[in-house]
Amino acid sequence: MALNLGPQHPSTHGVLRVVLVLDGEIVVDAKPDIGFLHRGIEKLAEYRTYHQIIVLTDRVDYLAALSNNLAYVLAVEKLLQIESPKRAHYIRVALTELQRIASHLFWLGTHAHDLGAMTPLFYTLREREAIMDIFETITGSRLTPSFMRIGGVAADIDSKSVRDIRTFIKTFSERVDDYEGLLTKNPIWESRTRGVGIISSDECINLGISGPLLRASGCAWDIRKSTPYSSYNDFDFEIPVGSVGDVYDRYLVRIKEMRQSAWIVNQAIEGLPEGRWIAREQAAVLPDKHNVASDIYAMIHHFKLVLEGMKPPSGEVYHSVESPRGELGFYIVSDGGTKPIRLRIRPPSFVNLQSLVKMVRGKLLSDAIASISTIDIVLAEVDR
Amino acid sequence: MNVKILDEAFGYCITRVESFNNEITVVVDQWSILAVCDFLKNDSRFSFDFLSDCCGVDRFPESPRFWLVYHLYSITHNHRMRIKTTLDDAEPVADSVVSIWSSADWMERECYDMFGIKFRNHPDMRRILMPDDFQGFPLRKDFPLEGLE
Repeated sequence: MALNLGPQHPSTHGVLRVVLVLDGEIVVDAKPDIGFLHRGIEKLAEYRTYHQIIVLTDRVDYLAALSNNLAYVLAVEKLLQIESPKRAHYIRVALTELQRIASHLFWLGTHAHDLGAMTPLFYTLREREAIMDIFETITGSRLTPSFMRIGGVAADIDSKSVRDIRTFIKTFSERVDDYEGLLTKNPIWESRTRGVGIISSDECINLGISGPLLRASGCAWDIRKSTPYSSYNDFDFEIPVGSVGDVYDRYLVRIKEMRQSAWIVNQAIEGLPEGRWIAREQAAVLPDKHNVASDIYAMIHHFKLVLEGMKPPSGEVYHSVESPRGELGFYIVSDGGTKPIRLRIRPPSFVNLQSLVKMVRGKLLSDAIASISTIDIVLAEVDR
Repeated sequence: MNVKILDEAFGYCITRVESFNNEITVVVDQWSILAVCDFLKNDSRFSFDFLSDCCGVDRFPESPRFWLVYHLYSITHNHRMRIKTTLDDAEPVADSVVSIWSSADWMERECYDMFGIKFRNHPDMRRILMPDDFQGFPLRKDFPLEGLE
């Protein structure tokens, strides 16, 4: 029997369609059908200046918009060979790690909900809301902050935001204990997740799988450690790894990652260096907003950048960061004009989703639901 | 990473080696993609076990118009390399590398979907993001931003 799961289904996390061929309750084959959310972001980017594209990157993965912002501006900075100030690095790290926590919290809530545990969703969304409030105070927006700028960040963070982040981090570890109390030793949770959707680390590498999925199967590859960007080598943190590579291990890895992220945010906030939050004014960097209203040179510079855009050298760069879902890369091809001639996004969700067929084939239908949600896909990123 | 080793083994099909911003790009001719990739994955001095990305680029109105770009990463050695090749304008076709990295499956389908680049020996050469009956290839430079209708 062929069963059509999706495109509108609560457990497909957006608009994913999977055609499952069943023999009784066993899944014989699975055919994922994607593209329902394709908006042509890579095409749109070819018609935008480099500054305007920052707004598009928010919409690629709306659960981790700041990670997307960061990956993009780092790629442009690499192309321009400019370095942002240390304070900007630390603010970027603090925000993207908070974003990782928010993304994992949303994943945990919906994942547990898919498997029949209703309660964790309410707890995790409560903490996620606290992070969204922090984002709203700092960036002015909850889901689509567009906060990173080429050369730094859009604004400095003030003492109130620092206080808010401190308060959040102080109680967060107890909150994670609460989630673990609900799930980690829960026999129903274990029976639904242990031994389900196993993929070995060799298979993961061959399938191009990165992020928590790869680490849960025992391979400790994390771009924050292997190729530190944005001053990640200043921070002390561990890479949690699993051993079996099943749904349960992925749950544990993400729980531990949230604890590590909170610890990184703490270090970034306590060690926040003084100084500017965006590089000194140069050809590609937007001038300070208050100067635009009072200084004619800054105003001309601002108008030139906004209306015409800046011209990076011709060439090509690839830069990737560790997003909550894995390796998120931006490949930019420039011909020296104000717009890129090609902007390719290497989406972790898209590549990770390929593993679904391998996970569900020959398993029970109910395990297919667990496998879909364990990949932590964001369909906006899969389809772009 | 020593690119000279690659040059010694495949010098006849390497067009040039570029280095920009500490990124190494090796341009090879389209007929040797499969052999070069196979060598890079299995030779212990390179061990490119992870295919990060495979994508197309349309350089229209330049000729040759299409590039096919592979971003390789080695988890063993922690190094990266970009492999690039140019394809024919009229009928861009390349050898599929799915037999080397399974991850190339959907990436190559996306290349086909967006640029019309076909892959020989691909297990499932269909559109992936656009509907099956869609006309045209959206990321080509001669495809208008607003769509065809």
